[in-house]
Amino acid sequence: MPPRDLRRPFKRPAISDQQKRRELALLRQAQNRRDSQHQARHLASSVLSLQNQNTEPEAELGPESETVESEQETLSKDLDILQASKLKGSEARKWFARQLMLPEWMIDVPPRLNTDWYVFARPSGKRCFVVSSNGTTVSRLRNGSILHHFPSALPNGARTRDISGPAHSFCILDCIFHEPDQTYYVIDMVCWRGYSLYDCSAEFRFFWLNSKLAETGACDPPSLYHKYRFSLVPIYECNQIGLHTAYTGVVPYVKDGLLFYNKHAHYQTGNTPLALVWKDENCSQYVLDTDSNGQVPTQQQVVLDLQEDGRLTTSDDPPVVFGCLDGDFVQKSGLRPGSFVRFAVSDEGMRFVDGKLEMANIHYIGKANRARAFADSYSKVLFQYAARHSPLRFGDLIESVSSFSDLGNENLDVEMVD
Amino acid sequence: MAMEVTQILLNAQAVDGTVRKHAEESLKQFQEQNLPSFLLSLSGELSNDDKPVDSRKLAGLILKNALDAKEQHRKLELVQRWLSLDTTVKAQIKSCLLQTLSSPVPDARSTASQVIAKIAGIELPHNQWPELIGALLSNIHQLPGHVKQATLETLGYLCEEVSPDVVDQDQVNNILTAVVQGMNATEGNNDIRLAATRALYNALGFAQVNFTNDMERDYIMRVVCEATLSSELKIRQAAFECLVSISSTYYDKLSPYIQDIFNITSKAVREDEEPVALQAIEFWSSICDEEIDILEEYGGDFSGDSEIICFYFIKQALPALVPMLLETLLKQEEDQDQDEGAWNLAMAGGTCLGLVAKTVGDDVVPLVMPFIEENITKPDWRQREAATYAFGSILEGPSPEKLISIVNVALIFMLTALMKDPNNHVKDTTAWTLGRIFEFLHGSTVETPIITQANCQEIIKVLLQVMKDAPNVAEKACGALYFLAQGYEDVGSSSSPLTPFFQEIVQALLTVTHREDAGESRLRTAAYETLNEVVRCSTDETTPMVMQLVPLIMMELHQTLEAQKLSSDEREKQNELQGLLCGCLQVITQKLGASEPTRFVFMQYADQMMSLFLRVFACRSATVHEEAMLAIGALAYATGSEFAKYMPEFYKYLEMGLQNFEEYQVCAITVGVVGDICRALEDKILPYCDGIMTQLLKNLSSNQLHRTVKPPIFSCFGDIALAIGENFEKYLMYSMPMLQSAAELFARASGADEEIIEYTNVLRNGILEAYSGIFQGFKNSPKTQLLMPYAPHILQFLDSLYIEKDMDDLVMKTAIGVLGDLADTLGGNAGPLIQQSVSSRDFLNECLSLDDHLIKESAEWAKLAISRAISV
Repeated sequence: MPPRDLRRPFKRPAISDQQKRRELALLRQAQNRRDSQHQARHLASSVLSLQNQNTEPEAELGPESETVESEQETLSKDLDILQASKLKGSEARKWFARQLMLPEWMIDVPPRLNTDWYVFARPSGKRCFVVSSNGTTVSRLRNGSILHHFPSALPNGARTRDISGPAHSFCILDCIFHEPDQTYYVIDMVCWRGYSLYDCSAEFRFFWLNSKLAETGACDPPSLYHKYRFSLVPIYECNQIGLHTAYTGVVPYVKDGLLFYNKHAHYQTGNTPLALVWKDENCSQYVLDTDSNGQVPTQQQVVLDLQEDGRLTTSDDPPVVFGCLDGDFVQKSGLRPGSFVRFAVSDEGMRFVDGKLEMANIHYIGKANRARAFADSYSKVLFQYAARHSPLRFGDLIESVSSFSDLGNENLDVEMVD
Repeated sequence: MAMEVTQILLNAQAVDGTVRKHAEESLKQFQEQNLPSFLLSLSGELSNDDKPVDSRKLAGLILKNALDAKEQHRKLELVQRWLSLDTTVKAQIKSCLLQTLSSPVPDARSTASQVIAKIAGIELPHNQWPELIGALLSNIHQLPGHVKQATLETLGYLCEEVSPDVVDQDQVNNILTAVVQGMNATEGNNDIRLAATRALYNALGFAQVNFTNDMERDYIMRVVCEATLSSELKIRQAAFECLVSISSTYYDKLSPYIQDIFNITSKAVREDEEPVALQAIEFWSSICDEEIDILEEYGGDFSGDSEIICFYFIKQALPALVPMLLETLLKQEEDQDQDEGAWNLAMAGGTCLGLVAKTVGDDVVPLVMPFIEENITKPDWRQREAATYAFGSILEGPSPEKLISIVNVALIFMLTALMKDPNNHVKDTTAWTLGRIFEFLHGSTVETPIITQANCQEIIKVLLQVMKDAPNVAEKACGALYFLAQGYEDVGSSSSPLTPFFQEIVQALLTVTHREDAGESRLRTAAYETLNEVVRCSTDETTPMVMQLVPLIMMELHQTLEAQKLSSDEREKQNELQGLLCGCLQVITQKLGASEPTRFVFMQYADQMMSLFLRVFACRSATVHEEAMLAIGALAYATGSEFAKYMPEFYKYLEMGLQNFEEYQVCAITVGVVGDICRALEDKILPYCDGIMTQLLKNLSSNQLHRTVKPPIFSCFGDIALAIGENFEKYLMYSMPMLQSAAELFARASGADEEIIEYTNVLRNGILEAYSGIFQGFKNSPKTQLLMPYAPHILQFLDSLYIEKDMDDLVMKTAIGVLGDLADTLGGNAGPLIQQSVSSRDFLNECLSLDDHLIKESAEWAKLAISRAISV
């Protein structure tokens, strides 16, 4: 039993650099494992959770980093992703409804339509968000329910795909699913390969959509790892020719009106006047609203939101007040604040002064269908009202673009054509 | 029957190589042909006083080696082999050994006592050889001196080999009585006293009960303290060793004796010979270790239920202890800084002073400052060096507020000394002290910065200049720069005060690595380590310069590969240099790979770098270079799916790394790299999975593999499953039963020992990560049903973890995540099962109520997944 060595480290750091390198490597590996796990889990949470992944530093690149951050802010202002994914029923629907850009109805022609706007024929079908990520693709309807869960040729949209770029990149497309040919018509691009396009102009988004979608093979016919075809929609400058082509041109899908997008507008969630929908009998089967039986009611019907104080409002922000219910009536009818209530509008039921609603004569019908996530918007009520009384016609649109096309003498032109 | 082995044993020690080889061969054959007879012959040889001492010693040594080995699995084999030997053979061998203790030949006695202890180590835990201790102690008082000495030595070895819990208290009492009596001052035979004192050192662990008895403890302590005053140096030294051991084992019992011990140690430090004085200093270092641990654990809060009490021995002894230690600082040896094995009074004293400062903090400063002020400008280098060393030693512990003003003055002084002092030691210690200043008083956590715009340039200028000094001084300058850079690691991506000097610093460090004498004093290693830290802590501004380093370091690595026909010494040096260069490339890769724009530029080097790493591997025949493996992990992370193109060539080394049981660190690192590659390649790793999984499964079932590698292997299952998804199907039938049996084994910790619980939790975490990865990998696949049969067991595992209540936060987080993954992947099918489990209610609710953000996050996820699974 010889004496023990009692030397202690002398003038040495307590930890070697090699040990430090090992530990840092382990730390990085643990972190990466956690990231992959999160990703796998979040994919399941909801389509929306994907937007949360913008926080990945890799996604914040170059000039787009700012837009990604601001998007983060607006999202976090609303609801935490995890919280949102736990919402159920009408809460969930409301939340999802807020994530899509919803066009207002065109009740009058916006200025500079021919220079600042695009037009295209809206495919008839189900509006949905399509998200590809981590080897799978999910489509969600406007009310939040899942439409399809499928492999696609979109980036990271199927497990077998040769993925270029970071594994966690994902795409969000604004689509309309067209039943007859089982095709997703892409009407807008919100995120591409992990990059947010929310704060890009429509002009850029459409350019990007046109140049990027086809190169992935997403527009190819369906195959084993590509269950549904995606298709671009022809988009036109809103001049006379463009407008005419969109209105009368042959497209592979059933049309449901025309959509107008302001070129400079960002992708704004919720109702926006910078995207507009217009329709007539020639380009849509559904000009006038139908009731729950699919019949066009004799009187126009509107659905309004009942407020605490009994006021009846539209879904706009700020809301437009259409009337008021007194407390007794509310109680008798079993209504609660937050209920959606259906009313009939009599034929001379609305009066306008300078384009603003001055008076609405509406009659209580009953509670609206519970599946509804929101009340009617002001523009929709007015469009429907106008459609029954003095619709904005295609000719009016053509007129406005041709008149505005001669810059500098707008008023004169209007008179001359008349 | 025993055969004649004497000549063979002597031949085995012959100078002539052929004779020796032949004899070794015969011994080997003999052992293989008839083990019992072989062992009998050896024990007979050892016990026979007519035989030459050399053959007896070797016989004993071979016997000892037949009972024990370093490698754990080999050791277990030998134990089993001994236990299965015929009882009469064993009895005969043991009897020979006991008989040898009476031999007049000291070497024979000593060898026999070691062999006896080895056998005791095997047999006592199996309740065999119960008469041994009784036989040793039976008539110890009547024994002749040399037998008594051998018996005490045997008891000492025995206590070293055997765990205290297999010896009952009566026998412990008898052992201690015999040992302590042998140590007593009345024992006239110094050999006996020394053997007894050394035996006590090992027997202290058996004395738990005796130390709670005041009378017995007083007696033991008195005898130990008396032995420190023996006229025999070896006895004094052994007695101080006992005191050091007591200071950590029985800290809480020391209070009544501490004053006496202080007097004894202080006299020894000042007057005794160095080996004794060093032990005396070590006593106080050890007390510091204890008090630092206690204070760290309880944060100085002993109000209520803390188990261990801090007696503040150091604080009380401070006024006398510090002057004693300061005196030792003046007893430096010439050239101690160049001698790696040096350990002397000055070094031990300074180290102890550093620990004292860590223990008491601010209080040490006023006691040391006068010494520094008095000596720092003296003409004798010993005084200047001692003063500087004292200052450097007290920089960790006291608060920055207490030190900053002193440091600000000292900084200027030291920069001058570093440039101008004629003495190498003074410069060495000065550079080291600067490093300590930067380590403890520079960084984002210190409120008043000691490095300012005004002095930064000067500091760097001096450090870079000193890097040209003697290797030991230059090495300390590199160390100082290391901590200087580290202090800026939190400056963020914006701007670092080091930016203007970055190029110059890197250049200087590279120059150091090329110095002819960079092999001395660890200088080259220090230069690369500093370069690594400078890179780690660099900001975006200097990224282009870090990028420029890539081809440079690659070129260096390339050059090491060109050298041919190396001697083994040169090969070792080449290997070391390759390690440093791979380490550097790893750090750079991790740095540049972490942000997208730099990663993109960096990628142009990936092919070349990978081919260099492969060539480094090829330099060796059977082992894998650990540093190259680490670097490849970083490269895989940076390259992502493109790493696939390297796999065909890299795969064999990956496999080699996984097979490296002996260097388990290499094996563990390789397992980690498999995880990196899984995440980089995703399903492109599929073609390699058969080989990887086979090897991993083999590793898990091996008892040769170091246990620390097993948890990462489980986690790695998860990485693979997540990467290849439902393709993991074919491995389920192998991996799931293994996970299941490991889960069963580790649902409960096999002891209350802190280390066992810690390992248990690490292993649990690995198992759970495997389950997580497998569930998530199978999600949305039509094959999820394959996992259904495993669900009940996994839920049961989670339940038992919850019930055991000994998991750490990490396990809790992973476990509750597995619950979510199970629900998420199995969905409604698992609904009823989940609802039945305790985990889905109590465990989940507990996790939801915790403040830990990570646990909560996982729990929220589990809750969501369960609610979906149940609502389907």
